[in-house]
Amino acid sequence: MSQEATANVPDLDFDTSSARRHRKVRAIKDRIATLGIGIGGISVIIAILLIFFYLLYEVLPLFRSAEVEPWQQNGTAVAPYELPGGGKTLYLAMEEQAEIGLRLTDNASLVFFDTRSGDVVSEQTLDLPEGVGIRSVASISDARRLFALGLSDGTALVLRHDYKASYPEGKRVLTPEIAYPLGQAPIAVGDRPLDLLAANGDGDSWRLVGGSGGVLTQTDVELTENFLTGEVETEFDSQLLPNQSVKPTKLLLMPGKRWLLIAAQGGKLVVEDLQASGGASTTQVLTATTGEIRQFELLLGGSSLMLADDKGLVSQWFLVRNDQGSWDLTRIREFEDGGEALTGFAIEHRRKGFATVDSEGTLRLFNTTADRNVLTEKVVDGGVDHIAYAPRSNALLLEKDGDLQFWAVHNEHPEISWSALWSKVWYEGYEEPEYIWQSSAANNDFEPKYSLTPLAFGTLKAAFYAMLLATPLAICGAIYTAYFMAPGLRRKVKPMIELMEALPTVILGFLAGLWLAPFMELNLAGIFVTLIMLPLSILTFAFIWAQMPNRIRFLLPDGWDVTLLVPVAILATMFSFAIAGPIENLLFGGDMRFWISNELGISYDQRNAMVVGIAMGFAVIPTIFSITEDAIFAVPKSLSYGSLALGATPWQTLVRVVMPTASPGIFSAVMIGMGRAVGETMIVLMATGNTPIMDVNIFEGMRTLAANIAVEMPESEVGSTHFRILFLAAFVLFMFTFVVNTLAESIRQHLRQKYGSL
Amino acid sequence: MRISLSEWTRSGSPWVWLNAGAVAISVIMVIGLLGLIAVRGLGHFWPADVVRATYSHAGQQSVLIGELVESEMVPASQLRDSGIEVPEGIDHMQRDLFKVGNRDVTGADFVWAIDAHVTARSYPETLFVAEREEWGNLYGYLRSVKQQGELVAQYNGYEPSADSTALWNELQRRIERARDLHDQIQNIQKGEIGAINYEIERLRLKQRSLELQNVTDPAPYADIEARRAELNAEYEVLQSQLLELNTAMNRDSFTAEVANGSIVEIQVAKVVRAFLPNAMGPLDKIGHYAGKIWEFVSDDPREANTEGGIFPAIYGTVLMVLLMSVMVTPFGVVAAVYLREYAKQGFLTRVIRIAVNNLAGVPSIVYGVFGLGFFVYFLGGHIDDLFFPEAKPSPTFGTGGLMWASLTLALLTVPVVIVATEEGLSRIPRAVREGSLALGATKAETLWKVVLPMASPAIMTGVILAIARAAGEVAPLMLVGVVKLAPSLPLDMNYPYLHLDQKFMHLGFHIYDVGFQSPNVEAARPLVYATALLLVVVIALLNFSAIAIRNHLREKYKALEM
Repeated sequence: MSQEATANVPDLDFDTSSARRHRKVRAIKDRIATLGIGIGGISVIIAILLIFFYLLYEVLPLFRSAEVEPWQQNGTAVAPYELPGGGKTLYLAMEEQAEIGLRLTDNASLVFFDTRSGDVVSEQTLDLPEGVGIRSVASISDARRLFALGLSDGTALVLRHDYKASYPEGKRVLTPEIAYPLGQAPIAVGDRPLDLLAANGDGDSWRLVGGSGGVLTQTDVELTENFLTGEVETEFDSQLLPNQSVKPTKLLLMPGKRWLLIAAQGGKLVVEDLQASGGASTTQVLTATTGEIRQFELLLGGSSLMLADDKGLVSQWFLVRNDQGSWDLTRIREFEDGGEALTGFAIEHRRKGFATVDSEGTLRLFNTTADRNVLTEKVVDGGVDHIAYAPRSNALLLEKDGDLQFWAVHNEHPEISWSALWSKVWYEGYEEPEYIWQSSAANNDFEPKYSLTPLAFGTLKAAFYAMLLATPLAICGAIYTAYFMAPGLRRKVKPMIELMEALPTVILGFLAGLWLAPFMELNLAGIFVTLIMLPLSILTFAFIWAQMPNRIRFLLPDGWDVTLLVPVAILATMFSFAIAGPIENLLFGGDMRFWISNELGISYDQRNAMVVGIAMGFAVIPTIFSITEDAIFAVPKSLSYGSLALGATPWQTLVRVVMPTASPGIFSAVMIGMGRAVGETMIVLMATGNTPIMDVNIFEGMRTLAANIAVEMPESEVGSTHFRILFLAAFVLFMFTFVVNTLAESIRQHLRQKYGSL
Repeated sequence: MRISLSEWTRSGSPWVWLNAGAVAISVIMVIGLLGLIAVRGLGHFWPADVVRATYSHAGQQSVLIGELVESEMVPASQLRDSGIEVPEGIDHMQRDLFKVGNRDVTGADFVWAIDAHVTARSYPETLFVAEREEWGNLYGYLRSVKQQGELVAQYNGYEPSADSTALWNELQRRIERARDLHDQIQNIQKGEIGAINYEIERLRLKQRSLELQNVTDPAPYADIEARRAELNAEYEVLQSQLLELNTAMNRDSFTAEVANGSIVEIQVAKVVRAFLPNAMGPLDKIGHYAGKIWEFVSDDPREANTEGGIFPAIYGTVLMVLLMSVMVTPFGVVAAVYLREYAKQGFLTRVIRIAVNNLAGVPSIVYGVFGLGFFVYFLGGHIDDLFFPEAKPSPTFGTGGLMWASLTLALLTVPVVIVATEEGLSRIPRAVREGSLALGATKAETLWKVVLPMASPAIMTGVILAIARAAGEVAPLMLVGVVKLAPSLPLDMNYPYLHLDQKFMHLGFHIYDVGFQSPNVEAARPLVYATALLLVVVIALLNFSAIAIRNHLREKYKALEM
């Protein structure tokens, strides 16, 4: 720096007002930037973490227990009100919205009342003959609002309560009505008073069974519409059932009208087959309990019997086909209760659930499939006289000491419990407890089967077969690429294999489903021969190569040997397919696929686990390869040089020195690959039949959690149990991959720190 | 050099060779897969020769006209089981798949035939193929051309002659005319009538919204009514135009003799193109090939997506990916800058870093579930309640659409951008930052003028990798807004031009849908290969450009790195 230059420096003043202003603006900008980036950064990170919390938010309601509270109307709780209509209650029910209740009284009057105030909406008295009274009430189906009355003159009446909505002046008004599906005239069932009655049927065909003491009569009713006049003609056919050796106390007729269940004194339970050849016959006499049977009801759908004894023990029974092909009524499960006798028992209309109230006034809500007690809460002092569930299971009516209480029930997802999701469950109609995923069916009274076990099993099965292919190929490939391959070749091979990772999985899935699956079905033998021939031919070639004179061997630079193997592998594959035909003829009678299903008895799906394994293995190879390669390559060269200098062969150096050092990295590569295989959706969706079966057979398909979400999510109703279970499946996937990846990542970090210094 | 087996085994070289074999197999698999897609995808558009042959099957002989699609070897036992007589001593027989078309005549457009049973193969030059709007291809001999039912020209032979050429030219002229009219009709239907329908729907919503706000003043209602009447009048005019064009288009028809000898009559208007594959020279074939490829990338799909082009799918994919990158870039970069430059480094940042890193490995379907639950049902539902009450009960944003799909994918790919950007930021030497600060620059200025430009290669790489991942992702999109056939493009000439609430088509989903949900998988398969090829090419290009840009920018800022 010369003297002159310093002298010529202009007189700079950094403290002018404009400079100060400029600096101030800059400082403000800086602060704004800091603030902006801070807010932006934190909010992006929060948005990402939101996934976790949102999934949890959707899943948690599944495991919440139910709640009951007095019904809130306009902000105030509905107080108990006096029985509308007076008399003694024989039957209690509610309409769809739980706005109107129905009470049948012992003076044959049907009282419709406002459930929230107790005001009588309308009242009808049944037109019964003089001196005839109601002796029994039989609920046919709560869901269809059907019940039957047994009268003292041996006749019965089938009733349905209907509600018509109309909108005068824009306000919704419900008008209750009583309908008589079998006509308004009582049907003669027998000549004795009907102390006991059971009825069932639908459409035009009905059956009523009733009587008193041990004498029961069965009456079939057929309705036929006359085409000309449009009048409905009724045909009756009565017959006496065989005398009962027990003293029946309650009757139930299952839908299908074949099975009559009789509860009798002394805890006896009798099963009567009304359609047995040679007339009705008793198939089973069981002792259901040592005490007396107090409650005797059919669960929604009518295939399960719910039975409670005088000690308050509730058990579920249904017909199970035995080895001889006949049906046995079997005790399926019991529901723990407080040991007090039950005073009220109500069945849910839309779900497989029920409610009980014991003599202490404790209300319990149960779900049968989930074997779950959703709620235990003392709601009244002492037992109740009657209890009724609203059709939507959102309200309960309790009658106690001449008062009615109206309770709101919040019980959204009783079907879910740990055992329902992960254990074997004995579903209605099945011969034994099983793991089943079947989320929907055509009919309403279907028992949803939400076992995640077959899906989790399918996920692991798919991942297992994928890893079976990918792990050896990827790790061996990575070892060679990182340790033996010439650097020039490595720079080309590595990106090529990594490009596979960017390949959309939908393309792999499509090829697997539409090309590989049919190809494999046709060339099964060829594929197995290739699996054996490939390593053999590589080793054979290598040995022959080792016998070559040095001048030929040295033509190939070190680390380029792999280029020789490409034609070898291609030729070996072609050779394998060529000899596959004769081998197939020799060993498998010409067709291996047929041989597998006919001789071995292993079922073969075209889209099976092997197809998935190959396709998904393909998707996982680059992930494992890339990380393993990095891990091996990162092992300090000084370590292997030291080993080689001490006289170890390259292979010994690799196995004894390099691999142990790189093993945590390889482990983490496998974990990350596993995470990818578990969550992969499109390949599994397209390359398997998506049937949720549990079978390790490599020739059968599976359904994975991810594919299940993709298949069922679009059709699932928002907020329903099914919807939340799919969220749960997503959450399980999320947690699984997250934990696995975190583990892998921390191992990698640890490794990096450990060898960073070397 | 001689070496004994035991010595060779002891040296460990078998293991090395096996490892080399794994690399070789992996490389063969990658190249084989890409080759398979390329060959099948590109082969589809080549006009294959049409064979005429005698096919003896179950004691009957019939004429078979069609293209040979593929052949395979089938075990004899399998054939015997299905009731086909196979002579003793034969283990395998070749079975050919022919595309015979004429689905309207025979019911199935593909036929499997034992190769040995197909005899007397010939390739007559007069055999023609007509691609139709429906019922797939027609294969046969052209017999006559009619105009309004009146015979214009005809030819009954099987050999090429002057007459047959004249007849052929007549048909070609008429196809061209009908195509022209068809395009006009399409323009009116999609363009003008589409715009009118769109405006009428907007008027309906406007009226509904007025009603919801309890506006009692009749003036706005009258305005709406007047405008609606105007539109309806315009619509009537267009409708009558359409009617005229339709009559004109349906003027001509032609007859053809098909394989079973019967004569079918087809409207010229139903034909997309007709050609004589066996008479085409290599140049004609190349021209035809180019035309088909152009049709594939520029046209709408036909026949339940099994024919025609995939333009809407390309358009939807590109638009969705663009929207996604517009969202993901700033957010990803800001988050990375915050984590690396502003946040205090400690336990918390390390945890967040690992969490972000691992989110990249969370299955994409989980993001789809989140997108459906949070974006579509939660956010979308609330947006509908607040801003679009007039459209209820049909959802506007409360259902899957372009916006939610791109947002979901942005969330899916933001970890990729964050990780890549952070990596870039961490590589910048401290000295560079300190130099800038020492010269008096504020932190923001240092960031904007020094740090970010140096990190730009890493940022670009991250964004391009994100795009490549998003372009190939299908599973989450199935939940948040992709459909098999969208009636209109999400970006068009109707206000507000970009329809964020609309559902769209996507290349990846197109592959899944056409390949697996299509009623005629056999016919659709070649098209799926072509779509797959296109997708692979797009994604490979994106990946290569990521590498190229990274290298270029790295060169540019190399001087700064010490």
